[in-house]
Amino acid sequence: MATFDVTIKIGGEAGQGVESSGFGFVKALSRGGVFVFGNSDYMSRIRGGYNFYQIRASSEPLFCHADELHLLLALNDQAISEHKSELVKGGAVIYNEDLKFDADSLRAKGILLFPMPLVKLAYEAGADRIMANTAAIGAAVGVTEYDFERIADVIRENFKRKGEKVVENNLKLARQAYDIAKEKYAKSFKFKLNSISGAPKRMVLHGNQAICLGAIGGGCRFMAGYPMTPASTIIEYLSANGNQFGVLTKQTEDEISAILMTIGAAHAGVRSMTATSGGGFSLMVEALGMAGCTETPIVVVEAQRAGPSTGLPTRTEQGDLEFVLRASQGEFPRIILAPGNLEQCFEAGWRAFNLAEKYQCPVIVLTDLYQSAAVRTVELKAFDFTKIPIERGTLLDEAALDKLASDYKRHAITESGISPRAIPGHPKAVFMTTSDEHDEQGHIIEDAATRNKMMEKRMRKLDLAVEEMSAPQVYGSKKAEITLIGWGSTYGALRETVDRLNKEGMQANMLHFMDLWPFPEEKVTPLLKEAKYMVCVEGNYTGQLANMIRTYTGIQVDKRVLRYDGRPVSPKFILEHLKDEVRLHV
Amino acid sequence: MSNVSLSEYQGIEASTWCTGCGDFPILKSVKEALVQLGIAPHQVVMTSGIGCGSKLPHYMRVNEFNSVHGRALPVATGLKLANHEYTVISITGDGDGYGIGGNHFIHTCRRNPDITHIAENNQVYGLTKGQYSPTSDLGYITTTSPEGTIEFAINPIALAIAAGATFVSRTSAGDPKHMTEVIAKAIQHKGYALVDVLQPCVTFNKKNTYAWYKQRTYRLEEEKGYNPQDRHAAWLKAQEWEERIPIGVIYQEVGRPTYEEQVTVLKQGPLVKQGFNGRIKDDIELLKEALV
Repeated sequence: MATFDVTIKIGGEAGQGVESSGFGFVKALSRGGVFVFGNSDYMSRIRGGYNFYQIRASSEPLFCHADELHLLLALNDQAISEHKSELVKGGAVIYNEDLKFDADSLRAKGILLFPMPLVKLAYEAGADRIMANTAAIGAAVGVTEYDFERIADVIRENFKRKGEKVVENNLKLARQAYDIAKEKYAKSFKFKLNSISGAPKRMVLHGNQAICLGAIGGGCRFMAGYPMTPASTIIEYLSANGNQFGVLTKQTEDEISAILMTIGAAHAGVRSMTATSGGGFSLMVEALGMAGCTETPIVVVEAQRAGPSTGLPTRTEQGDLEFVLRASQGEFPRIILAPGNLEQCFEAGWRAFNLAEKYQCPVIVLTDLYQSAAVRTVELKAFDFTKIPIERGTLLDEAALDKLASDYKRHAITESGISPRAIPGHPKAVFMTTSDEHDEQGHIIEDAATRNKMMEKRMRKLDLAVEEMSAPQVYGSKKAEITLIGWGSTYGALRETVDRLNKEGMQANMLHFMDLWPFPEEKVTPLLKEAKYMVCVEGNYTGQLANMIRTYTGIQVDKRVLRYDGRPVSPKFILEHLKDEVRLHV
Repeated sequence: MSNVSLSEYQGIEASTWCTGCGDFPILKSVKEALVQLGIAPHQVVMTSGIGCGSKLPHYMRVNEFNSVHGRALPVATGLKLANHEYTVISITGDGDGYGIGGNHFIHTCRRNPDITHIAENNQVYGLTKGQYSPTSDLGYITTTSPEGTIEFAINPIALAIAAGATFVSRTSAGDPKHMTEVIAKAIQHKGYALVDVLQPCVTFNKKNTYAWYKQRTYRLEEEKGYNPQDRHAAWLKAQEWEERIPIGVIYQEVGRPTYEEQVTVLKQGPLVKQGFNGRIKDDIELLKEALV
């Protein structure tokens, strides 16, 4: 069977159904056994503006999008001006026949033009102009010669609630566009999509859903949040499924309240989390320190978007690593996980709760807009609920509390720094805790000796936690000439860049950090010392991981490839910044 | 009702309050009300903010989460949602509860969780040494308002009624018996209950003294025909200040369900008692199927 790796973009105004039809196409591909990666790019508005949805479909597993475009479905002229430079030779544009643009310049670059009566077909099918997107998808299926029945199934499913007539109209419309496109253009278009028989059943989901699945499996029972892009889909997903799985969700008056309710519920013994973006996290900072001081186990998902301030509200960035690392006054233990793919998002979803309860401190799951919203195909078995361990640390159950001989000390000083934890409600463990410095019983103190003991006790927990932090994941050649370093959502782009470099005969590998804090320097240092030439790739201006590496290992990376335009890092972007290195090699 | 003695609530921490502080009688009334209602210390969780008044739970033997300035109510809501069998009481001051925590105050009112909110309202910032508070009377002179405040004072009673609170009361630290009665009623009320306590700050507030309050306060319980369930009448009472100040239950709405009573997930019992995997184990694979 022929291998393929095809990128399709559908572009138009907000309100033209770009995202819904794009995602429909993704589903149709996934159900045909194709590996898919889908991501959208939109402006911070409900109507108007320019949006696109990008689908990458392949016969091989995918971990990120690609910038090389094969087929553009242009619902307006802006789609053409935005993306014409991304089209590869032999690539094509499907557009409504009356669209005005400089066709000659595209033809000159070897790009095929496939005008279609998209709007006319939409009207004829009894649908309205907005359904031109259905026609465009039909036409795309036609020129790529994909299985029409797959898209028909998705159309039936998506329009079912609007009634049989609407389903029928859309099916007719898609079919007509498919037939015309296939007959007129399929022969000249060389990029094809085939369904793959015998493929296992796969989910199509985004990073936030993967975090939610992990959290549900990990026993999260309370989630409070205030809507903010790109974190809102977490509270939405948990709200939609909460009744079935016993998760109470609460939309609050602000992010301050969201983290405080999370702390209250966690103090009462319920696995609790909140989710926000950088702006909301800014409001949570004071309470984060309170969770640290009171040793309350909470999980905070911080889905970064481009700052500073409101920044680019619908664009991605990795600008908050140093922020979450230092957020809130004073020093206290915290744990930071930065998952880089859906499997890691799922893992972070449950592991964060185990870490929070074991070390009785806040755990931050750092993701970003790109990873929060981009969808990918994953096999069902990749998320195994039966393998999730529930580790509640030193939590005292009722029987243990019954046996308590002396007064319970919530903040008892122990060798590990971890105090046996009770939840309020037992007659033998009436206790307090406070955001003030306190003694073992939780009473406010100001004397220097107790203060020192308590600081040392809390901070000691990190000595143990760091042992649980994983080394960065190594991928690629063992003896690499070039080592790409990154964290969080750049996993896919780094991995694919490594593959592309190795294919070109260059020895490359990657070090990808998911466990960022406490920084596992003893595991990191030998890996860095082995590396010949280190390139740190990050979605920020300063190279925050590179700085962290230098601070905690003394090692300076050789080069930083940084992106801060709000767009996700792609293999092409990285390779463009490695031209010198690649040239030297050749 | 179980038999609970006052000694069970006896704290061990030494108080940092000034001699004569209105917080002393409040502390006594809180303990007495709980004892009267037969609620034991381990069944109670108190949350507080930061300020002189917010130290109150430290001076009792009780479960306490002492949060940061202004944040007692959301922590209390989280506790209540996690385990609605707790008796949850939040202690705030006026700056704490109505100023920095003002947004939480409004939203907790309309949310109606079964939480008792005791606001020790001394109309001044005590712990930071005497600046004006959101309830300071207009023209009140402090270190940060040397020419007198030029902001209208917050009316917590009217604000709570407007925000949808189901129990709105005021009492006075100078009238301990009344205070105990009102606090007990507030704890018994199903839903959010505000107890605004007129609390003299003997060090920093030389205007709103025990004598000043005593001259003006009158008990609503003794006012013939006053019906706290009459929202309009309550609204009018809420406007009274300076000349005559009503104390007692100013407004009470009976029968509105609490927040936690309406949450579907809690129909199975307190969240903390629902366990982890049992209920979801068989269904959880459906989540994955739904994403195919």
